Amino acid sequence: MRGIWGFLSGLVFGLGLILSGMADPAKVQNFLDLAGAWDPSLAFVMGGAALTTFLGYRLVWRRAAPVLNPAFDLPTSRAIDRPLLTGAVLFGTGWGIGGFCPGPALTALPLLAPGTLVFVPMMILGLWIGARLKSSPAFIQGTAA
Amino acid sequence: MRRPVQSPRRGPRMDMVTPTAFTPWASLGGGVLIGISAVMVMGIFGRIAGIAGISQGALALPGAARDRDWRIWFVLGLLAAPLLMLALGGAIPQTVPQNLPAMAVAGLLVGTGTALGSGCTSGHGVCGLARLSVRSLAAVVVFMAAGFVTVFVLRHVIGGL
Repeated sequence: MRGIWGFLSGLVFGLGLILSGMADPAKVQNFLDLAGAWDPSLAFVMGGAALTTFLGYRLVWRRAAPVLNPAFDLPTSRAIDRPLLTGAVLFGTGWGIGGFCPGPALTALPLLAPGTLVFVPMMILGLWIGARLKSSPAFIQGTAA
Repeated sequence: MRRPVQSPRRGPRMDMVTPTAFTPWASLGGGVLIGISAVMVMGIFGRIAGIAGISQGALALPGAARDRDWRIWFVLGLLAAPLLMLALGGAIPQTVPQNLPAMAVAGLLVGTGTALGSGCTSGHGVCGLARLSVRSLAAVVVFMAAGFVTVFVLRHVIGGL
């Protein structure tokens, strides 16, 4: 059951990415190009997704617990700290250069564009580096400074 | 419904830019599907549908959450989506940058940044904003700003990759 629901959730997410145009780097980069060929479509993706999620969350949170896990597990950190902001700058820069964020990059993988085939393994390497960096004492000590 | 948006201000070095059509309805519909998926993940597993975190979990990278089973299947679902689309006869228009060293750097930055910043467009942008998280809003503002600046510099200062 967990596998089926996990798969279906991923499939719906992926279809949404494709239908919305998020899986096309040209569309993402044109959204980010305010001074040029600006394509505002992505604002509709973010708006539609965030609003649907906002309403849907409030419905499912009426339950005592999710269907297949013992409890809801929500992020607890509220800190706007150095890892968050540094990470957001790095991510935004890479997003602008490549036109891919993690979901679209994965769902575009089977289309086998050379750029995607280079992007995804490097993204996975980056996920590993980022996780290590986040837990490194040097970086955390820098946060307090 | 679909009308191409062309900039009147395209400079002489902008010919590498692929114009894309403004697609408000398809984009809104796709966004709603993404939202439905995020609600499914919350209702069924009680988790945030952040793709960076789900990928970390599926690959058992350091710092990843424990319930790995559904995350592996979620990634398989993401990968199956374009194949289903093509099998049903749908087209997937896509222009991926062809500068491979730049794509390598971009992938590294996206992976490192989302792991360090604990989220990406889905985790912070969709799920975080839906939870009215100020931390996520800060991340979204910063990564959007970084994206705007990056594309401005690449296209209008350097003149393309």
